[in-house]
Amino acid sequence: MESSAHKFKDLAFTARRDAHLQAALGKLGSGFSLKRKEAARRLPEFEGLRDQAKTIKDHVLENLDFYLERFEERVIEGGGELHWCGDADAAQKKILDICRKANAKTVTKSKSMIGEEIAINEFLEKNNIEPIETDLGEYIIQLRGETPSHIIAPAVHLNMGQVEDTFREKHTTLEPGRKLDEPQRLLEEARSQLRDKFLNADVGITGANMLIAETGSTVLVTNEGNADLTHTLPRIHIVIATLEKVVPTLEDATSILRVLARSATGQEMSVYTTFCTGPKKSKDEDGPDEYHVILLDNGRSELLGSEFQDMLRCIRCGACLNHCPVYQTIGGHAYGWVYSGPMGAVLIPALIGLDRAGDLPNASTLCGQCEAVCPMRIPLPGLLRAWRTKQFEGSEKNTLGKILLKVWVTFVKSPKLYRGAMNFILMILEIFGRKSGGFQWLPLAKGWTQSRDFPSPAGPTFVSQWKKGLLMSDQEELQKRQKK
Amino acid sequence: MSTDREAILRRLKTKLYRDENPITDAFSRLQAPPLNIIPKRGANDLKNKVKNFIEEAEMADATVTKIEGLASLPKVITHYLASQNLPTGIRVADSLVDVNWGSQPLLSVKKGRAKGTDLVGVSRAFAGVAETGTLIYLSGEENPSTLHLLPPTHIAVLMEKDILGNYENAWTNVRLKCEKNAEGATSLPRAVSWVTGPSRSGDIEQTLLLGVHGPQRLHIVVVGNG
Repeated sequence: MESSAHKFKDLAFTARRDAHLQAALGKLGSGFSLKRKEAARRLPEFEGLRDQAKTIKDHVLENLDFYLERFEERVIEGGGELHWCGDADAAQKKILDICRKANAKTVTKSKSMIGEEIAINEFLEKNNIEPIETDLGEYIIQLRGETPSHIIAPAVHLNMGQVEDTFREKHTTLEPGRKLDEPQRLLEEARSQLRDKFLNADVGITGANMLIAETGSTVLVTNEGNADLTHTLPRIHIVIATLEKVVPTLEDATSILRVLARSATGQEMSVYTTFCTGPKKSKDEDGPDEYHVILLDNGRSELLGSEFQDMLRCIRCGACLNHCPVYQTIGGHAYGWVYSGPMGAVLIPALIGLDRAGDLPNASTLCGQCEAVCPMRIPLPGLLRAWRTKQFEGSEKNTLGKILLKVWVTFVKSPKLYRGAMNFILMILEIFGRKSGGFQWLPLAKGWTQSRDFPSPAGPTFVSQWKKGLLMSDQEELQKRQKK
Repeated sequence: MSTDREAILRRLKTKLYRDENPITDAFSRLQAPPLNIIPKRGANDLKNKVKNFIEEAEMADATVTKIEGLASLPKVITHYLASQNLPTGIRVADSLVDVNWGSQPLLSVKKGRAKGTDLVGVSRAFAGVAETGTLIYLSGEENPSTLHLLPPTHIAVLMEKDILGNYENAWTNVRLKCEKNAEGATSLPRAVSWVTGPSRSGDIEQTLLLGVHGPQRLHIVVVGNG
């Protein structure tokens, strides 16, 4: 996928002024996070399961080569084929090869973030194969020519009226006067449009939530059932997954599933969780004749052993997006590439380069909500800080910034110097700000004052009050009591 | 051998400088999968497991009927279809071949995999998991996956004795049923499906809608030992 992450500031600015988007994001705020909280409350073992899920994935990452080779053996043994692909180009070519051999005209797809990474839809279209997204949200945004704005709720940026307009524009064979004023009607129209596509597709492409080394299975989690129709009905099933998705055993996958849906939507378990293993068996009446797994690196092996290795534990539940004040303010598209929210701000620079996505790690208040809810306990704020450090070390241009920081460090290291300077500055600010109560302009602080006032200080610092023996608030309290 | 394979594995092995120990750990993990934390809520006697299963399944928007013995299954299905204003044509899994469908002459029963035109699918669940009210289906000639996916109404037949406390119990039973390779690793059926409630989406303004691509109605018939 083309990136526009370098235009983050412009995109975020526009997003703030998009009334439709702001209304949609307003709804997001409470929904997912309340449901997650309730699901966590219902399961006393939830925190322990989070620790366990982290431990399992850390163990996998330490032994990634071993588990991938075992997974490969089991896929082949089960009658499937496994294709290692270093990057997006290799994966695109392999998928096209498989489709061409099968003389495929149409491909049904169930939602896959890796599919977005390698821009498989555009690539297939260019090669005269029609890709059809089948997840309701993905179907809507495919019709609109948009990309997903949330990992698990790809059309969360749209309202019902926008969906209706899109359906009227694209479903041209249907009666123009039909009613589409309720979500249920929109759903029924999408369902009936997609029914024949499911039944007639030559190839089904799915992602995978996990790969299981013990059995060579790929695990698929959906609520709609679209992934299951995608891998059951066509003659060929292609799974696209990245290296870090592998887990050792069925029990390990189960432990991670216990935290996945609860963290994502607050469900006890998603509606459909399917473990696919190979093509159909000799006596099966349904299922594909061929089963291919595209095992994609696309930058993951570079993260292994690096300070960003923790990011490889991510299971794409979206909890960090749902709890992020920045995501809730600007939505997913502003991030400019496949992912968004805190996990996107860490992962995007790792996959497309810090030079092309340098604003993302800075677009965070580091409030820590993301880390508090991450089922895999990824230290997201720490990783964002790590990117900021790298950025600072790598920047040659920003010499003024570096000098100012050195000055700052000198002051901070010496409490006397620091307090003296602070008392001086506070005195000046208090004198000039006494009348208005705040500043609309300050030297060297344009970045602050252009969007809000800087408040004038309320009085001496805590330390200087403490030194006088009593805090002002205590003195006031004392005076009150003496009066009584 | 593909060159991408060699290159990726070489990168991984370079990055993963380590002692021999973790590999031994990993090897034994696959040989004898250890049990992780299992929530207590599933651990109960059968009667309470059945109760928990039904409560959780209903919370996930499934409907549940309990019967004593398979003999009354056709009657219960006829009643359910009538109560929902549904036609009486059903597509039934071979795993339910012993049921005397002829006892309900109104039912028109077809066998085999589901077609796009079928309105009601009936299949037998391999297990029910009390922890979350989840049904487990194993694909195969006796239980085509399309039966619980394509028709807009799905009726799941679940024997009370197959209601288990947690998913781990179900994996134990799956492993017992499946073939093993020379190293003792399990060969799973093509699709092991966990189903918790009817199909749904919140993709339009986060409104909960049932029946997107999978069934809109999931009716579970729990069959006692009577």
